[in-house]
Amino acid sequence: MKKNRIKGENIGLCFLLPSLTGVCLFVLLPFLDVLRRSLSSSVSEEWAGFQNYWSILHNSAFRLACWNTLRFVGVCIPSLLAISLLLAVFLQRLGRLGGILKTAFLFPMAIPVASVALVWRVLFENSGLWNSLLCRLGAVPEDWMNSPAAFWVLCGSYLWKNLGYDIVLWMAGLSGIPTQIYEAAQVDGAGEWKIFCKITFPSLLPSLYTISVLSFLNSFKVFREAYLVAGDYPNESMYLLQHLFNNWFRDLSFDKLSAGAVLVAAVILGLILLLQRIWNWEE
Amino acid sequence: MRWKLALFVLLPLAFLVCSPVLFLLTGSLMDPGELSQYLSPILSQGKGYVAWRLVPQSPSLRSYVELLLDSPEFFAMFWNSVRITALILVGQLLVGAPAAWGFARFQFRFRKTLFTLYLILMLMPFQVTMLSSFLVLDSIHLINTQWSVILPAVFSTFPVFLMYRFFRSIPEAILESAKLDTGSAFQIFLNIGLPLGSAGIVSALVLGFLENWNLIEQPLAFLKDKTLWPLSLYLPNIDLAKAGVAFTGSVVTLLPALLVFLSGQDYLEQGITAAAIKG
Repeated sequence: MKKNRIKGENIGLCFLLPSLTGVCLFVLLPFLDVLRRSLSSSVSEEWAGFQNYWSILHNSAFRLACWNTLRFVGVCIPSLLAISLLLAVFLQRLGRLGGILKTAFLFPMAIPVASVALVWRVLFENSGLWNSLLCRLGAVPEDWMNSPAAFWVLCGSYLWKNLGYDIVLWMAGLSGIPTQIYEAAQVDGAGEWKIFCKITFPSLLPSLYTISVLSFLNSFKVFREAYLVAGDYPNESMYLLQHLFNNWFRDLSFDKLSAGAVLVAAVILGLILLLQRIWNWEE
Repeated sequence: MRWKLALFVLLPLAFLVCSPVLFLLTGSLMDPGELSQYLSPILSQGKGYVAWRLVPQSPSLRSYVELLLDSPEFFAMFWNSVRITALILVGQLLVGAPAAWGFARFQFRFRKTLFTLYLILMLMPFQVTMLSSFLVLDSIHLINTQWSVILPAVFSTFPVFLMYRFFRSIPEAILESAKLDTGSAFQIFLNIGLPLGSAGIVSALVLGFLENWNLIEQPLAFLKDKTLWPLSLYLPNIDLAKAGVAFTGSVVTLLPALLVFLSGQDYLEQGITAAAIKG
Protein backbone atom coordinates (compact mmCIF):
# COMPACT_ATOMS: atom_id res chain seq x y z
CA MET A 1 0.00 0.00 0.00
CA LYS A 2 2.67 2.42 1.02
CA LYS A 3 4.82 1.54 -1.94
CA ASN A 4 1.88 2.17 -4.22
CA ARG A 5 1.40 5.64 -2.80
CA ILE A 6 5.00 6.60 -3.37
CA LYS A 7 4.72 5.40 -6.95
CA GLY A 8 1.63 7.54 -7.37
CA GLU A 9 3.58 10.49 -6.06
CA ASN A 10 6.19 10.20 -8.74
CA ILE A 11 3.62 9.84 -11.51
CA GLY A 12 1.79 12.97 -10.41
CA LEU A 13 5.02 14.94 -10.42
CA CYS A 14 5.91 13.57 -13.86
CA PHE A 15 2.69 14.96 -15.28
CA LEU A 16 3.45 18.29 -13.69
CA LEU A 17 7.12 18.44 -14.58
CA PRO A 18 7.11 20.11 -18.03
CA SER A 19 4.84 22.86 -16.80
CA LEU A 20 6.66 23.36 -13.53
CA THR A 21 10.04 23.57 -15.28
CA GLY A 22 8.74 26.29 -17.56
CA VAL A 23 7.15 28.21 -14.72
CA CYS A 24 10.38 28.11 -12.71
CA LEU A 25 12.49 29.08 -15.69
CA PHE A 26 10.33 31.89 -17.01
CA VAL A 27 8.71 33.27 -13.90
CA LEU A 28 9.96 32.15 -10.51
CA LEU A 29 13.74 32.25 -10.83
CA PRO A 30 13.80 35.54 -12.76
CA PHE A 31 11.46 37.03 -10.19
CA LEU A 32 14.07 36.30 -7.55
CA ASP A 33 16.50 38.23 -9.70
CA VAL A 34 14.01 41.09 -9.84
CA LEU A 35 13.76 40.98 -6.06
CA ARG A 36 17.54 41.21 -5.82
CA ARG A 37 17.64 44.10 -8.26
CA SER A 38 14.98 45.95 -6.35
CA LEU A 39 17.30 45.91 -3.34
CA SER A 40 20.47 46.96 -5.13
CA SER A 41 21.69 50.14 -6.71
CA SER A 42 21.32 50.29 -10.48
CA VAL A 43 24.76 51.78 -11.01
CA SER A 44 27.07 49.76 -8.81
CA GLU A 45 24.87 46.65 -8.38
CA GLU A 46 25.64 46.88 -4.68
CA TRP A 47 23.22 46.30 -1.85
CA ALA A 48 21.17 49.45 -1.48
CA GLY A 49 18.54 48.39 1.01
CA PHE A 50 15.16 49.96 0.44
CA GLN A 51 16.51 52.94 -1.44
CA ASN A 52 14.73 52.07 -4.69
CA TYR A 53 11.48 51.66 -2.81
CA TRP A 54 11.88 55.04 -1.15
CA SER A 55 12.67 56.69 -4.42
CA ILE A 56 9.60 55.37 -6.21
CA LEU A 57 7.35 56.13 -3.26
CA HIS A 58 8.48 59.75 -3.51
CA ASN A 59 8.27 59.76 -7.29
CA SER A 60 5.44 62.03 -8.40
CA ALA A 61 4.65 59.93 -11.49
CA PHE A 62 4.32 56.86 -9.29
CA ARG A 63 2.02 58.67 -6.89
CA LEU A 64 -0.12 59.96 -9.71
CA ALA A 65 -0.34 56.51 -11.30
CA CYS A 66 -1.18 54.89 -7.95
CA TRP A 67 -3.84 57.44 -7.23
CA ASN A 68 -5.40 57.05 -10.68
CA THR A 69 -5.32 53.27 -10.45
CA LEU A 70 -6.94 53.34 -7.01
CA ARG A 71 -9.53 55.83 -8.19
CA PHE A 72 -10.23 53.72 -11.24
CA VAL A 73 -10.64 50.56 -9.17
CA GLY A 74 -12.69 52.40 -6.56
CA VAL A 75 -15.11 53.79 -9.12
CA CYS A 76 -15.30 50.93 -11.58
CA ILE A 77 -15.41 47.75 -9.53
CA PRO A 78 -18.38 48.70 -7.32
CA SER A 79 -20.30 50.05 -10.31
CA LEU A 80 -19.50 46.99 -12.41
CA LEU A 81 -20.57 44.63 -9.62
CA ALA A 82 -23.80 46.49 -8.97
CA ILE A 83 -24.84 46.96 -12.60
CA SER A 84 -24.00 43.40 -13.60
CA LEU A 85 -25.86 41.99 -10.59
CA LEU A 86 -28.93 44.03 -11.43
CA LEU A 87 -28.83 42.90 -15.06
CA ALA A 88 -28.20 39.28 -14.05
CA VAL A 89 -31.27 39.25 -11.79
CA PHE A 90 -33.43 40.54 -14.63
CA LEU A 91 -31.93 38.27 -17.28
CA GLN A 92 -32.39 35.26 -15.00
CA ARG A 93 -36.12 35.93 -14.80
CA LEU A 94 -36.51 36.34 -18.53
CA GLY A 95 -35.61 32.73 -19.32
CA ARG A 96 -34.70 32.03 -22.95
CA LEU A 97 -34.82 35.64 -24.00
CA GLY A 98 -32.52 36.42 -21.09
CA GLY A 99 -30.06 33.90 -22.48
CA ILE A 100 -29.98 35.67 -25.83
CA LEU A 101 -29.50 39.04 -24.16
CA LYS A 102 -26.71 37.56 -22.06
CA THR A 103 -24.93 36.66 -25.30
CA ALA A 104 -25.27 40.27 -26.40
CA PHE A 105 -23.73 41.54 -23.18
CA LEU A 106 -20.93 38.98 -23.37
CA PHE A 107 -20.18 39.92 -26.95
CA PRO A 108 -17.69 42.76 -26.22
CA MET A 109 -15.37 40.13 -24.75
CA ALA A 110 -14.88 38.80 -28.27
CA ILE A 111 -14.31 42.17 -29.93
CA PRO A 112 -10.57 42.65 -30.37
CA VAL A 113 -9.15 45.68 -28.61
CA ALA A 114 -7.53 46.82 -31.83
CA SER A 115 -10.90 47.00 -33.57
CA VAL A 116 -12.39 48.89 -30.67
CA ALA A 117 -9.60 51.44 -30.69
CA LEU A 118 -10.81 52.71 -34.04
CA VAL A 119 -14.39 53.07 -32.80
CA TRP A 120 -13.22 54.94 -29.71
CA ARG A 121 -11.19 57.32 -31.85
CA VAL A 122 -14.13 58.23 -34.05
CA LEU A 123 -16.44 58.47 -31.04
CA PHE A 124 -14.36 60.56 -28.66
CA GLU A 125 -12.34 62.85 -30.89
CA ASN A 126 -12.97 66.52 -30.39
CA SER A 127 -15.13 66.57 -33.51
CA GLY A 128 -16.30 62.99 -33.00
CA LEU A 129 -19.71 61.37 -32.91
CA TRP A 130 -20.27 61.64 -29.20
CA ASN A 131 -19.69 65.38 -29.17
CA SER A 132 -21.90 65.72 -32.20
CA LEU A 133 -24.68 64.00 -30.26
CA LEU A 134 -24.07 66.15 -27.18
CA CYS A 135 -24.19 69.25 -29.30
CA ARG A 136 -27.51 68.28 -30.80
CA LEU A 137 -28.93 67.64 -27.35
CA GLY A 138 -27.78 71.09 -26.34
CA ALA A 139 -25.05 69.92 -23.95
CA VAL A 140 -21.54 71.34 -23.88
CA PRO A 141 -19.10 69.26 -25.93
CA GLU A 142 -15.88 68.18 -24.29
CA ASP A 143 -12.43 67.29 -25.57
CA TRP A 144 -12.81 63.76 -24.22
CA MET A 145 -9.37 62.33 -24.73
CA ASN A 146 -7.41 65.43 -23.69
CA SER A 147 -9.17 66.48 -20.53
CA PRO A 148 -9.96 64.93 -17.14
CA ALA A 149 -12.99 63.45 -18.89
CA ALA A 150 -10.60 60.83 -20.34
CA PHE A 151 -10.87 59.04 -17.00
CA TRP A 152 -14.58 58.49 -17.57
CA VAL A 153 -14.03 57.21 -21.08
CA LEU A 154 -11.69 54.66 -19.56
CA CYS A 155 -14.27 53.65 -16.93
CA GLY A 156 -16.91 53.35 -19.61
CA SER A 157 -14.80 51.09 -21.76
CA TYR A 158 -13.97 48.85 -18.78
CA LEU A 159 -17.64 48.52 -17.89
CA TRP A 160 -18.54 47.83 -21.49
CA LYS A 161 -15.94 45.10 -21.84
CA ASN A 162 -16.51 43.34 -18.51
CA LEU A 163 -20.26 43.59 -18.03
CA GLY A 164 -20.98 40.25 -19.73
CA TYR A 165 -18.24 38.43 -17.87
CA ASP A 166 -19.67 39.49 -14.51
CA ILE A 167 -23.24 38.79 -15.60
CA VAL A 168 -22.25 35.21 -16.44
CA LEU A 169 -20.69 34.84 -13.00
CA TRP A 170 -23.68 36.31 -11.15
CA MET A 171 -26.10 34.18 -13.15
CA ALA A 172 -24.13 31.06 -12.26
CA GLY A 173 -24.49 32.07 -8.63
CA LEU A 174 -28.19 32.80 -9.04
CA SER A 175 -28.90 29.44 -10.65
CA GLY A 176 -27.57 27.79 -7.50
CA ILE A 177 -30.38 29.20 -5.37
CA PRO A 178 -33.25 26.68 -5.10
CA THR A 179 -36.50 28.01 -6.57
CA GLN A 180 -38.52 26.52 -3.70
CA ILE A 181 -37.15 29.20 -1.41
CA TYR A 182 -38.50 31.92 -3.68
CA GLU A 183 -41.86 30.21 -3.98
CA ALA A 184 -42.10 29.84 -0.22
CA ALA A 185 -41.27 33.50 0.26
CA GLN A 186 -43.86 34.54 -2.29
CA VAL A 187 -46.48 32.41 -0.57
CA ASP A 188 -45.60 34.22 2.66
CA GLY A 189 -46.27 37.46 0.84
CA ALA A 190 -42.75 38.87 0.56
CA GLY A 191 -42.27 41.55 -2.12
CA GLU A 192 -39.61 41.42 -4.83
CA TRP A 193 -37.32 43.85 -3.05
CA LYS A 194 -37.61 42.01 0.22
CA ILE A 195 -36.90 38.70 -1.49
CA PHE A 196 -33.80 40.20 -3.07
CA CYS A 197 -32.51 41.60 0.22
CA LYS A 198 -33.34 38.60 2.41
CA ILE A 199 -32.74 35.69 0.07
CA THR A 200 -30.96 36.48 -3.18
CA PHE A 201 -28.25 38.81 -1.96
CA PRO A 202 -27.21 36.77 1.12
CA SER A 203 -26.97 33.61 -1.02
CA LEU A 204 -24.72 35.42 -3.45
CA LEU A 205 -22.32 36.75 -0.82
CA PRO A 206 -19.80 33.91 -1.23
CA SER A 207 -19.62 34.62 -4.97
CA LEU A 208 -19.25 38.34 -4.31
CA TYR A 209 -15.66 37.86 -3.13
CA THR A 210 -14.53 35.82 -6.10
CA ILE A 211 -16.28 38.05 -8.56
CA SER A 212 -14.66 41.14 -7.04
CA VAL A 213 -11.19 39.65 -7.26
CA LEU A 214 -11.66 38.55 -10.85
CA SER A 215 -13.04 41.96 -11.77
CA PHE A 216 -10.08 43.61 -10.07
CA LEU A 217 -7.63 41.47 -12.02
CA ASN A 218 -9.41 42.07 -15.28
CA SER A 219 -9.15 45.78 -14.57
CA PHE A 220 -5.42 45.63 -15.31
CA LYS A 221 -6.24 44.82 -18.92
CA VAL A 222 -7.95 48.16 -19.43
CA PHE A 223 -4.44 49.35 -20.28
CA ARG A 224 -4.93 47.79 -23.71
CA GLU A 225 -7.73 50.12 -24.70
CA ALA A 226 -6.06 53.05 -22.98
CA TYR A 227 -2.78 52.47 -24.75
CA LEU A 228 -4.20 51.91 -28.20
CA VAL A 229 -6.41 54.99 -28.01
CA ALA A 230 -4.14 57.41 -26.21
CA GLY A 231 -0.57 56.08 -26.44
CA ASP A 232 2.32 56.26 -23.96
CA TYR A 233 1.38 59.53 -22.32
CA PRO A 234 -2.39 59.92 -22.20
CA ASN A 235 -4.20 62.66 -20.35
CA GLU A 236 -3.02 62.84 -16.74
CA SER A 237 -6.38 61.64 -15.44
CA MET A 238 -5.95 58.21 -17.01
CA TYR A 239 -2.22 57.69 -16.48
CA LEU A 240 -2.29 54.28 -14.79
CA LEU A 241 0.37 52.16 -13.11
CA GLN A 242 0.46 50.09 -16.30
CA HIS A 243 1.48 53.17 -18.32
CA LEU A 244 4.17 54.01 -15.80
CA PHE A 245 5.57 50.45 -15.81
CA ASN A 246 5.57 50.42 -19.57
CA ASN A 247 7.43 53.72 -19.70
CA TRP A 248 9.95 52.63 -17.07
CA PHE A 249 10.55 49.52 -19.12
CA ARG A 250 11.10 51.49 -22.30
CA ASP A 251 13.52 53.84 -20.52
CA LEU A 252 15.35 50.82 -19.07
CA SER A 253 14.80 52.11 -15.51
CA PHE A 254 15.06 48.59 -14.18
CA ASP A 255 15.75 49.69 -10.61
CA LYS A 256 12.43 51.49 -10.36
CA LEU A 257 10.64 48.83 -12.35
CA SER A 258 11.86 46.02 -10.11
CA ALA A 259 10.89 47.85 -6.93
CA GLY A 260 7.51 48.66 -8.45
CA ALA A 261 6.93 45.08 -9.58
CA VAL A 262 7.73 43.75 -6.12
CA LEU A 263 5.42 46.29 -4.48
CA VAL A 264 2.51 45.52 -6.77
CA ALA A 265 3.12 41.77 -6.43
CA ALA A 266 3.10 42.15 -2.63
CA VAL A 267 -0.18 44.07 -2.63
CA ILE A 268 -1.86 41.51 -4.90
CA LEU A 269 -0.43 38.61 -2.94
CA GLY A 270 -1.81 40.12 0.26
CA LEU A 271 -5.20 40.46 -1.35
CA ILE A 272 -5.19 36.86 -2.56
CA LEU A 273 -4.10 35.43 0.78
CA LEU A 274 -6.70 37.48 2.58
CA LEU A 275 -9.26 36.08 0.22
CA GLN A 276 -8.10 32.53 0.31
CA ARG A 277 -9.09 32.28 3.95
CA ILE A 278 -12.64 33.07 3.03
CA TRP A 279 -12.62 31.30 -0.25
CA ASN A 280 -11.11 27.88 -0.01
CA TRP A 281 -10.31 26.60 -3.47
CA GLU A 282 -9.45 23.12 -2.43
CA GLU A 283 -12.26 20.66 -1.78
CA MET B 1 -45.18 39.45 -16.43
CA ARG B 2 -43.87 42.56 -14.75
CA TRP B 3 -40.36 41.40 -15.52
CA LYS B 4 -41.05 41.82 -19.21
CA LEU B 5 -41.22 45.57 -18.64
CA ALA B 6 -37.49 45.49 -18.01
CA LEU B 7 -37.05 44.72 -21.69
CA PHE B 8 -37.66 48.37 -22.46
CA VAL B 9 -34.36 49.09 -20.78
CA LEU B 10 -32.54 45.85 -21.48
CA LEU B 11 -33.03 45.68 -25.23
CA PRO B 12 -31.70 49.18 -26.00
CA LEU B 13 -28.83 48.58 -23.60
CA ALA B 14 -27.93 45.29 -25.28
CA PHE B 15 -28.09 47.02 -28.63
CA LEU B 16 -25.82 49.80 -27.37
CA VAL B 17 -23.32 47.27 -26.09
CA CYS B 18 -23.12 45.55 -29.48
CA SER B 19 -23.26 48.71 -31.56
CA PRO B 20 -19.49 49.16 -32.03
CA VAL B 21 -19.50 46.08 -34.26
CA LEU B 22 -22.36 47.46 -36.30
CA PHE B 23 -20.46 50.69 -36.61
CA LEU B 24 -17.35 48.93 -37.91
CA LEU B 25 -19.39 46.85 -40.31
CA THR B 26 -21.20 49.83 -41.84
CA GLY B 27 -17.95 51.73 -42.14
CA SER B 28 -16.27 48.84 -43.92
CA LEU B 29 -19.13 48.52 -46.42
CA MET B 30 -19.17 52.20 -47.31
CA ASP B 31 -17.61 53.56 -50.42
CA PRO B 32 -14.21 54.97 -49.34
CA GLY B 33 -15.24 58.36 -50.68
CA GLU B 34 -18.40 58.43 -48.60
CA LEU B 35 -16.50 57.25 -45.54
CA SER B 36 -13.81 59.90 -45.72
CA GLN B 37 -16.44 62.54 -46.31
CA TYR B 38 -18.13 61.58 -43.02
CA LEU B 39 -14.82 61.47 -41.17
CA SER B 40 -13.40 64.64 -42.68
CA PRO B 41 -13.82 66.78 -39.52
CA ILE B 42 -11.33 64.47 -37.75
CA LEU B 43 -8.97 64.25 -40.70
CA SER B 44 -8.76 67.96 -41.36
CA GLN B 45 -9.04 69.02 -37.72
CA GLY B 46 -11.63 71.39 -39.10
CA LYS B 47 -14.93 72.68 -37.83
CA GLY B 48 -18.05 70.62 -37.58
CA TYR B 49 -18.63 67.08 -36.46
CA VAL B 50 -18.29 63.58 -37.80
CA ALA B 51 -21.48 62.33 -39.40
CA TRP B 52 -22.68 58.78 -39.72
CA ARG B 53 -25.35 56.68 -41.38
CA LEU B 54 -26.66 53.34 -40.17
CA VAL B 55 -26.93 52.12 -43.75
CA PRO B 56 -24.30 53.24 -46.25
CA GLN B 57 -25.62 55.55 -48.93
CA SER B 58 -23.45 53.94 -51.56
CA PRO B 59 -22.60 50.43 -50.30
CA SER B 60 -19.52 48.95 -51.90
CA LEU B 61 -16.85 46.36 -51.33
CA ARG B 62 -14.12 48.66 -52.57
CA SER B 63 -12.49 48.93 -49.15
CA TYR B 64 -12.26 45.16 -48.95
CA VAL B 65 -10.71 44.97 -52.39
CA GLU B 66 -8.28 47.70 -51.40
CA LEU B 67 -7.34 45.81 -48.24
CA LEU B 68 -6.91 42.64 -50.23
CA LEU B 69 -4.80 44.13 -53.01
CA ASP B 70 -2.98 47.12 -51.60
CA SER B 71 -2.11 46.11 -48.05
CA PRO B 72 0.36 43.23 -48.11
CA GLU B 73 1.58 44.29 -44.67
CA PHE B 74 -1.90 43.70 -43.23
CA PHE B 75 -1.76 40.06 -44.25
CA ALA B 76 1.77 39.69 -42.94
CA MET B 77 0.49 40.91 -39.57
CA PHE B 78 -2.59 38.73 -39.81
CA TRP B 79 -0.36 35.73 -40.36
CA ASN B 80 1.81 36.82 -37.41
CA SER B 81 -1.26 36.88 -35.20
CA VAL B 82 -2.42 33.48 -36.39
CA ARG B 83 0.99 31.94 -35.87
CA ILE B 84 1.52 33.42 -32.41
CA THR B 85 -1.96 32.49 -31.22
CA ALA B 86 -1.81 28.96 -32.64
CA LEU B 87 1.60 28.18 -31.18
CA ILE B 88 0.58 29.52 -27.77
CA LEU B 89 -2.60 27.43 -27.70
CA VAL B 90 -0.85 24.25 -28.82
CA GLY B 91 1.86 24.82 -26.24
CA GLN B 92 -0.64 25.51 -23.47
CA LEU B 93 -2.39 22.23 -24.24
CA LEU B 94 0.75 20.13 -24.44
CA VAL B 95 2.18 21.52 -21.22
CA GLY B 96 -0.97 22.47 -19.36
CA ALA B 97 -3.23 19.47 -19.79
CA PRO B 98 -0.82 16.96 -18.21
CA ALA B 99 -0.08 19.42 -15.39
CA ALA B 100 -3.79 19.87 -14.72
CA TRP B 101 -4.22 16.08 -14.73
CA GLY B 102 -1.36 15.73 -12.27
CA PHE B 103 -2.91 18.24 -9.87
CA ALA B 104 -6.40 16.84 -10.21
CA ARG B 105 -5.73 13.13 -9.93
CA PHE B 106 -2.60 12.49 -7.90
CA GLN B 107 -1.39 13.08 -4.40
CA PHE B 108 2.22 14.16 -4.08
CA ARG B 109 4.38 16.12 -1.75
CA PHE B 110 4.02 19.93 -1.95
CA ARG B 111 0.93 19.47 -4.11
CA LYS B 112 -1.03 22.01 -2.17
CA THR B 113 1.85 24.50 -2.04
CA LEU B 114 2.50 24.19 -5.75
CA PHE B 115 -1.16 24.57 -6.53
CA THR B 116 -1.39 27.74 -4.47
CA LEU B 117 1.67 29.00 -6.29
CA TYR B 118 0.00 28.37 -9.66
CA LEU B 119 -3.07 30.16 -8.43
CA ILE B 120 -1.08 33.20 -7.36
CA LEU B 121 0.79 33.32 -10.66
CA MET B 122 -2.48 33.07 -12.54
CA LEU B 123 -3.71 36.18 -10.77
CA MET B 124 -0.60 38.32 -11.34
CA PRO B 125 -0.91 40.95 -14.06
CA PHE B 126 1.63 41.18 -16.85
CA GLN B 127 3.20 44.30 -15.36
CA VAL B 128 4.45 42.30 -12.38
CA THR B 129 6.17 39.64 -14.46
CA MET B 130 7.27 41.88 -17.32
CA LEU B 131 10.78 42.51 -16.07
CA SER B 132 11.34 38.89 -14.98
CA SER B 133 10.31 37.60 -18.39
CA PHE B 134 12.49 40.16 -20.09
CA LEU B 135 15.57 39.18 -18.08
CA VAL B 136 15.26 35.50 -19.04
CA LEU B 137 14.31 36.10 -22.64
CA ASP B 138 17.19 38.51 -23.02
CA SER B 139 19.68 36.08 -21.55
CA ILE B 140 18.68 33.36 -24.03
CA HIS B 141 18.60 35.89 -26.93
CA LEU B 142 14.93 35.55 -27.68
CA ILE B 143 14.03 39.22 -27.37
CA ASN B 144 12.79 40.57 -30.66
CA THR B 145 11.69 37.14 -31.86
CA GLN B 146 8.13 35.91 -31.70
CA TRP B 147 9.21 33.26 -29.20
CA SER B 148 9.55 36.02 -26.62
CA VAL B 149 5.78 36.42 -26.78
CA ILE B 150 4.96 32.74 -27.23
CA LEU B 151 7.08 31.00 -24.59
CA PRO B 152 5.98 32.90 -21.45
CA ALA B 153 2.36 32.55 -22.57
CA VAL B 154 2.74 28.79 -23.03
CA PHE B 155 3.62 28.50 -19.35
CA SER B 156 0.74 30.64 -18.23
CA THR B 157 -0.93 28.90 -15.29
CA PHE B 158 -4.48 29.93 -16.08
CA PRO B 159 -5.24 27.10 -18.54
CA VAL B 160 -3.81 24.62 -16.03
CA PHE B 161 -6.17 25.86 -13.39
CA LEU B 162 -9.14 25.82 -15.73
CA MET B 163 -8.54 22.28 -16.96
CA TYR B 164 -7.90 21.19 -13.37
CA ARG B 165 -11.45 22.16 -12.45
CA PHE B 166 -12.86 19.96 -15.20
CA PHE B 167 -10.55 16.98 -14.64
CA ARG B 168 -11.38 17.13 -10.97
CA SER B 169 -15.07 16.68 -11.66
CA ILE B 170 -14.62 13.30 -13.38
CA PRO B 171 -16.02 10.67 -10.98
CA GLU B 172 -13.38 8.53 -9.32
CA ALA B 173 -15.37 5.36 -10.05
CA ILE B 174 -14.90 5.68 -13.80
CA LEU B 175 -11.16 5.98 -13.41
CA GLU B 176 -11.00 3.09 -10.94
CA SER B 177 -12.56 0.72 -13.44
CA ALA B 178 -10.27 2.02 -16.16
CA LYS B 179 -7.23 1.38 -14.02
CA LEU B 180 -8.12 -2.31 -13.93
CA ASP B 181 -8.42 -2.50 -17.70
CA THR B 182 -5.60 -0.45 -19.12
CA GLY B 183 -2.02 -0.31 -18.11
CA SER B 184 -0.03 2.82 -17.59
CA ALA B 185 -1.03 6.07 -15.97
CA PHE B 186 -0.22 7.89 -19.17
CA GLN B 187 -2.58 5.72 -21.19
CA ILE B 188 -5.38 6.41 -18.73
CA PHE B 189 -4.74 10.13 -19.15
CA LEU B 190 -4.82 9.89 -22.94
CA ASN B 191 -7.70 7.46 -23.36
CA ILE B 192 -9.97 8.46 -20.52
CA GLY B 193 -8.85 11.75 -18.99
CA LEU B 194 -8.64 13.77 -22.18
CA PRO B 195 -12.00 12.69 -23.64
CA LEU B 196 -13.86 13.13 -20.34
CA GLY B 197 -12.21 16.48 -19.68
CA SER B 198 -12.68 17.74 -23.22
CA ALA B 199 -15.12 20.45 -22.12
CA GLY B 200 -12.37 21.92 -19.97
CA ILE B 201 -9.87 21.74 -22.79
CA VAL B 202 -12.20 23.49 -25.21
CA SER B 203 -12.99 26.14 -22.58
CA ALA B 204 -9.30 26.77 -22.10
CA LEU B 205 -8.86 27.04 -25.87
CA VAL B 206 -11.73 29.48 -26.31
CA LEU B 207 -10.64 31.75 -23.46
CA GLY B 208 -7.03 31.39 -24.56
CA PHE B 209 -7.87 32.39 -28.10
CA LEU B 210 -9.75 35.52 -27.08
CA GLU B 211 -6.88 36.48 -24.78
CA ASN B 212 -4.03 35.82 -27.18
CA TRP B 213 -5.69 37.25 -30.26
CA ASN B 214 -5.56 40.50 -28.29
CA LEU B 215 -1.97 40.59 -27.10
CA ILE B 216 -0.82 44.17 -26.60
CA GLU B 217 1.50 44.41 -23.63
CA GLN B 218 3.82 41.51 -24.49
CA PRO B 219 4.62 42.32 -28.14
CA LEU B 220 4.86 46.00 -27.22
CA ALA B 221 7.54 45.24 -24.68
CA PHE B 222 9.42 42.40 -26.38
CA LEU B 223 9.17 43.00 -30.13
CA LYS B 224 11.12 45.97 -31.42
CA ASP B 225 10.90 44.91 -35.06
CA LYS B 226 7.52 46.04 -36.33
CA THR B 227 7.32 43.36 -39.01
CA LEU B 228 6.99 40.80 -36.21
CA TRP B 229 4.00 42.55 -34.63
CA PRO B 230 0.62 40.91 -34.37
CA LEU B 231 -2.46 42.60 -35.79
CA SER B 232 -3.54 43.89 -32.40
CA LEU B 233 -0.60 46.30 -32.31
CA TYR B 234 -0.45 47.11 -36.01
CA LEU B 235 -4.10 47.87 -36.66
CA PRO B 236 -4.39 51.07 -34.58
CA ASN B 237 -1.42 52.48 -36.45
CA ILE B 238 -3.29 52.65 -39.74
CA ASP B 239 -3.80 56.28 -40.54
CA LEU B 240 -7.39 57.47 -40.59
CA ALA B 241 -6.62 58.96 -43.99
CA LYS B 242 -6.90 55.37 -45.16
CA ALA B 243 -10.13 54.97 -43.21
CA GLY B 244 -11.51 52.32 -45.55
CA VAL B 245 -8.56 50.03 -44.87
CA ALA B 246 -8.74 50.77 -41.14
CA PHE B 247 -12.41 49.76 -41.01
CA THR B 248 -12.13 46.64 -43.15
CA GLY B 249 -8.97 45.67 -41.29
CA SER B 250 -10.85 45.95 -38.00
CA VAL B 251 -13.67 43.80 -39.35
CA VAL B 252 -11.29 41.14 -40.66
CA THR B 253 -9.53 41.08 -37.27
CA LEU B 254 -12.87 40.71 -35.58
CA LEU B 255 -14.05 37.78 -37.72
CA PRO B 256 -11.96 34.95 -36.23
CA ALA B 257 -12.82 36.11 -32.71
CA LEU B 258 -16.48 36.30 -33.66
CA LEU B 259 -16.36 32.79 -35.07
CA VAL B 260 -14.76 31.41 -31.93
CA PHE B 261 -17.22 33.31 -29.75
CA LEU B 262 -20.32 32.10 -31.56
CA SER B 263 -19.25 28.49 -31.89
CA GLY B 264 -17.77 28.24 -28.41
CA GLN B 265 -20.07 30.40 -26.33
CA ASP B 266 -21.19 27.56 -24.06
CA TYR B 267 -17.60 26.64 -23.37
CA LEU B 268 -16.71 30.27 -22.84
CA GLU B 269 -19.37 30.57 -20.16
CA GLN B 270 -18.34 27.28 -18.57
CA GLY B 271 -14.77 28.50 -18.52
CA ILE B 272 -15.65 31.82 -16.93
CA THR B 273 -17.75 30.12 -14.29
CA ALA B 274 -15.27 27.34 -13.57
CA ALA B 275 -12.59 29.86 -12.68
CA ALA B 276 -14.76 31.54 -10.09
CA ILE B 277 -17.32 29.29 -8.54
CA LYS B 278 -16.64 26.03 -6.87
CA GLY B 279 -17.93 23.16 -9.00
